[in-house]
Amino acid sequence: MTGVQRTVTRTLVVLLAMFVFAFALVPLYDAFCRVTGINGKVENTAQALIRDSIDESRVITVQFITRGSPGLPWKLEVLDRQVRVHPGAATEVHFAFTNHGKQAGWGRAVPSVSPSEASLYMRKVTCFCFQEQRLDAGERYEAPLVFQLTRDLPDDIKTVTLVYTLYPVDDKTLAAKVLANEAPAIVVPGIAVPGGEA
Amino acid sequence: MAPKLPPQLPPQNRVEQAGDASGTAGHADAGYHHGPKGLLRWLLTTNHKEIGTLYLIFSLSMFFIGGIFALVVRAELFQPGLQLVQPEFFNQMTTMHGLIMVFGAVMPGFVGLANWMIPLQIGAPDMALPRLNNFSFWLLPVAFTLLLSTLLMPGGGPNFGWTFYAPLSTTYSPPSTTFFILSLHMAGISSILGAINIIATILNLRAPGMRMMDMPLFVWTWLITAFLLIAVMPVLAGVITMMLLDINFGTSFFNAAGGGDPVMFQHIFWFFGHPEVYIMILPAFGIVSAIIPTFARKRLFGYASMVYATSSIAILSFLVWAHHMFAVGLPLVAELFFMYTTMLIAVPTGVKVFNWIATLFQGSISFETPMLFALAFVVLFSIGGFSGLMLAIAPADFQYHDTYFVVAHFHYVLVPGAVFAIMAAVYYWLPKWTGHYPNERLGRWHFWTSVVGVNLTFFPMHFSGLAGMPRRIPDYALQFADFNMASSIGALLFGTSQLLFVLMIIKCVRGGEKAPAKAWDGAVDLEWTVPSPAPLHTFETPPRFQHQEH
Ligand code: HEM
Ligand SMILES: [Cu+2]
Repeated sequence: MTGVQRTVTRTLVVLLAMFVFAFALVPLYDAFCRVTGINGKVENTAQALIRDSIDESRVITVQFITRGSPGLPWKLEVLDRQVRVHPGAATEVHFAFTNHGKQAGWGRAVPSVSPSEASLYMRKVTCFCFQEQRLDAGERYEAPLVFQLTRDLPDDIKTVTLVYTLYPVDDKTLAAKVLANEAPAIVVPGIAVPGGEA
Repeated sequence: MAPKLPPQLPPQNRVEQAGDASGTAGHADAGYHHGPKGLLRWLLTTNHKEIGTLYLIFSLSMFFIGGIFALVVRAELFQPGLQLVQPEFFNQMTTMHGLIMVFGAVMPGFVGLANWMIPLQIGAPDMALPRLNNFSFWLLPVAFTLLLSTLLMPGGGPNFGWTFYAPLSTTYSPPSTTFFILSLHMAGISSILGAINIIATILNLRAPGMRMMDMPLFVWTWLITAFLLIAVMPVLAGVITMMLLDINFGTSFFNAAGGGDPVMFQHIFWFFGHPEVYIMILPAFGIVSAIIPTFARKRLFGYASMVYATSSIAILSFLVWAHHMFAVGLPLVAELFFMYTTMLIAVPTGVKVFNWIATLFQGSISFETPMLFALAFVVLFSIGGFSGLMLAIAPADFQYHDTYFVVAHFHYVLVPGAVFAIMAAVYYWLPKWTGHYPNERLGRWHFWTSVVGVNLTFFPMHFSGLAGMPRRIPDYALQFADFNMASSIGALLFGTSQLLFVLMIIKCVRGGEKAPAKAWDGAVDLEWTVPSPAPLHTFETPPRFQHQEH
């Protein structure tokens, strides 16, 4: 029966490998998307400006869309819905968070870029989306976004849309992260984020 | 130039079996008296034939339960408007129908056939791991009792479709979802253990002299299916484990707020899901490749190309998963890549259809019930293949996706595809299992009512889908009314005609025309060398296999 035992051991090894592979797909997927910019995920940490000359021959329309989500009585507004920029130029736009709820809470705006190829050329110097926000009941808070589209943006991209979706953040997961020192950066170089005083 | 009558297996092979079988028949009776009796006997059995029977009975019961759910769906859709059930319950019915048919009816049906027939076709005395075999069967009733019980839980059962996309199945799911995950884990473990057993049996227990390229195609296709199972069931286990963690332990695999990604769910699911659809069709290819040569009284055309086509389908099936996701916003290169790989898969599939037709060419064909089902399989499965090709065209799929056209496509490949193949196999091997021929008249009635029912149900769905009717909705716009009424009438016909199938099986077990060892005169594989009904123990001394030219 050693033949059978050998076959069984081998299949068990493959099984285990495939189970591990399923979980490995998560970081792989993330890395793959980040490298190729495939699913519109943008770098979620501050990036330095590339000090390039500005390509004045091209004008790109950048649109902003904001969305709320059920379970979070907040509103995210963009004060400049649409801007026209030259590749290479840094631009600042303003957003406003309002907590219409009766309680203080945590939320987070998650960005996505469309078309997804453009996400590789979108550099954010300052963004409220880099970490969770805390708003008191009724509080309104304005935050800037400073971004740059790099000059190597492909020619066929004429319009770039940035979507921010608000999500509620569980206090407990956030608290855990803060305790574990993973989300301490209430202050990011350049901007102060509400909740810093909390 | 092809010989009218098939070359028989070398006589020496058959003679030896006849002797062997008469010896084992007595032995079987003796063995029967040793073991426990009644229920306990079935609970503890390690005999591949008894376990095969258990699987088949289980599969048939699930086929009826899932069928009743489908009839609830079709009854609600008989007319526009909400008449019978609430939308919440409707969603549970579509979901449970899909889950039960895929994991409870089709997969266990094929495993049951594998249990019965693989040892007989390769000349092995039993499966390689008989006790594991018992365990993998008994996991199933537990898993599906649990799954069905979720319908009675507060908040109802799973309502997010058989594909359980996150976040519908995580953030917005009913509380019973944890039990759904548990039951799917159990069903998955059962499939995995079954696959290990099948691989171990095929690779180690073949009769002396039987090389891999001598194995009947049912054995070959099951071997490849088992490898697919080993490769993708752990991925299914992984993805439902991630759901479990997201729901109960605050992780964010599929939750964008926590840095996860719901689209990733679809990638991982379909990485499992597409090979899964081939898991449900490859054994069917094997069955049809056994039946058509038998009733055409010719050797299978292109045996080796069948093996290679099956293997290439299996390998390609790992490279096409995102054709289910053309509409999620894939980048252009990905759309193109998955479009071309998907179309590529149609090539080996076409090779198979070609080979079956070439086998029929100049054969002396007779049309017993198994052959009728096998021929209907070839024709109707091809229709499903063609609609698949239409769906594979990424820009066209933007229109077809999530409409009834997709429903028509996969029901054509799964019902007159996989399910007809299982039925063909039952008619084909019943003489071996029971010692009696199935009643031809009843079989023919069953066949024709099923064929009419299936086409009446699913063909109009092509049209309602192309006209834009979305899938998984309890109510619809008026212009789809006629198509839906036709579908519902067809479903009722198809559903009731399955009672004939049960009647036929009961009659065949009870009695009927006696079948000899070689029940069909064009049949050549080893199972036809043991007496009918096959005694409990066969091939205790391995037969000596002499290979034929393919
Ligand atoms: C020529 C071969 C085939 C091609 C080209 C093909 C192509 C496709 C495509 C492109 C879709 C996605 C449609 C959409 O959601 O918009 C699809 C769905 C599906 N196919 Fe096929 N297919 C083929 C054969 C099969 C076979 C053999 C099976 C199973 C036995 C199968 C089962 C399914 C199922 C179950 C779905 C729908 C899954 C769902 O969304 O619920 N297909 N097929
Ligand atoms: Cu597929």
